Amino acid sequence: MSDRLYVGTRKGLFEIARKGRAWDVADVHFLGDPVTAVLARGGVVHAALDLGHFGAKLWRKDNAKPWREIAVPVFPPKPEEAGDDPHPWTLGKIWNITPGGSDGRLWAGTMPGGLFRSDDGGESWSLVESLWRMPERLKWFGVAGGEQPGISTVLVDPRDPADIRVGVSCAGVWASTDTGATWRNINKGMYNEYMPPEQRGDPNTQDIHQLAHCAAQPEVMWCQHHSAIYRSEDTGENWRELKAARPSGFGFAVAAHPRDPKTAWFVPATKDERRIPVDGKVVVSRTRDGGKSFDVLSRGLPQRHAYDLAHRHALAIDDSGERLAFGSTSGGFWVSEDAGEQWAALDARLPPVSVVRFAVA
Amino acid sequence: MPKVFFTRQLERFLAVPTVEVAGATLGEALAQVFAANPALRSYVLDDQGALRQHVAVFVNGCPATDRKGLTDPVGADEEIYVFQALSGG
Repeated sequence: MSDRLYVGTRKGLFEIARKGRAWDVADVHFLGDPVTAVLARGGVVHAALDLGHFGAKLWRKDNAKPWREIAVPVFPPKPEEAGDDPHPWTLGKIWNITPGGSDGRLWAGTMPGGLFRSDDGGESWSLVESLWRMPERLKWFGVAGGEQPGISTVLVDPRDPADIRVGVSCAGVWASTDTGATWRNINKGMYNEYMPPEQRGDPNTQDIHQLAHCAAQPEVMWCQHHSAIYRSEDTGENWRELKAARPSGFGFAVAAHPRDPKTAWFVPATKDERRIPVDGKVVVSRTRDGGKSFDVLSRGLPQRHAYDLAHRHALAIDDSGERLAFGSTSGGFWVSEDAGEQWAALDARLPPVSVVRFAVA
Repeated sequence: MPKVFFTRQLERFLAVPTVEVAGATLGEALAQVFAANPALRSYVLDDQGALRQHVAVFVNGCPATDRKGLTDPVGADEEIYVFQALSGG
């Protein structure tokens, strides 16, 4: 069970700790700078910044030592034959940092769609060229108010670090079973309703907002897709839409229970038309039966004129499966210690939240 | 020798003293700066070696014209200013 959270926002990284029975801001790092990704485990914290003018940066903190800037992923020189590539060969931002399942290995998902690998704890990075050079990548397109596609999720099988699933906005779920040497675009059964009719079922056009898997049974995966919520029982090969989702199937984030493959949480919203919580009420939806039914959880969440959305990486669950936290585009932040039944608001008005992660041992 | 000045905004992240360098072009001058201060390179240039989109560079009072190749000529006594195009809220 984790007593510490890291919350990346548009204006700094907030460290939030449990004191007594309440959660409070314990420290603030990089105040004023946009934080786009964070990973905290084993006493080591990685934080990715997007300095805008001066580019994406990566910092690392080891236990009580001061922060130090480490290498940032860099794209190789763009070859002449890549002249028609619609996407830049330059790092836009680091969108997630994921442990690779072996000592020192990290994966970084980025905009404009490059996946990077480090085998030394982030001190150096190399582009996974096998995925970057897939011809399908040229058809990927931009998301999240930007022009660039982004790798929104990297999932590594806890039983086999060579087995990797990558979710792309946009597009699709990509699978490698050889530590990234080769890739396949999987995800049958998804349907992207905003595409032209003949492309709506194309795996390479699916808008994967976020993926999650059950750590104890990682063949069970959940997807908050642009068009709906989906569940897979074969590590992302085939997906089934969960039509019982309520109050809507739209949202950005998903959290999977670490041991129960039938339980997951979502933060739903009205779809494209308005991009606000349904009826101006912030709720979390939860299924405990594999998506046959959903609970709408609202105790402790604002239920009147509330316009908070939770973005892709802004919902987190700890390894107990009991503690969850999420932050919003309006700077709201809530923690639950009972699997979402009751939520407590942080006594602070944060900047817009981009990422929430529990510290893990 | 050309003199290179950096926006004080960069001092939040790393040391950016004003330096005198040899070099007949903007690229040559900046290369000398980065040789002595490697961490500064990625703050000013993107992965392909072009000026970052929102970094402004003036050579002897004029905006740099070749933002990709950095071929703008630099005279022996001229000044190079590197700063940010302010934005955001």
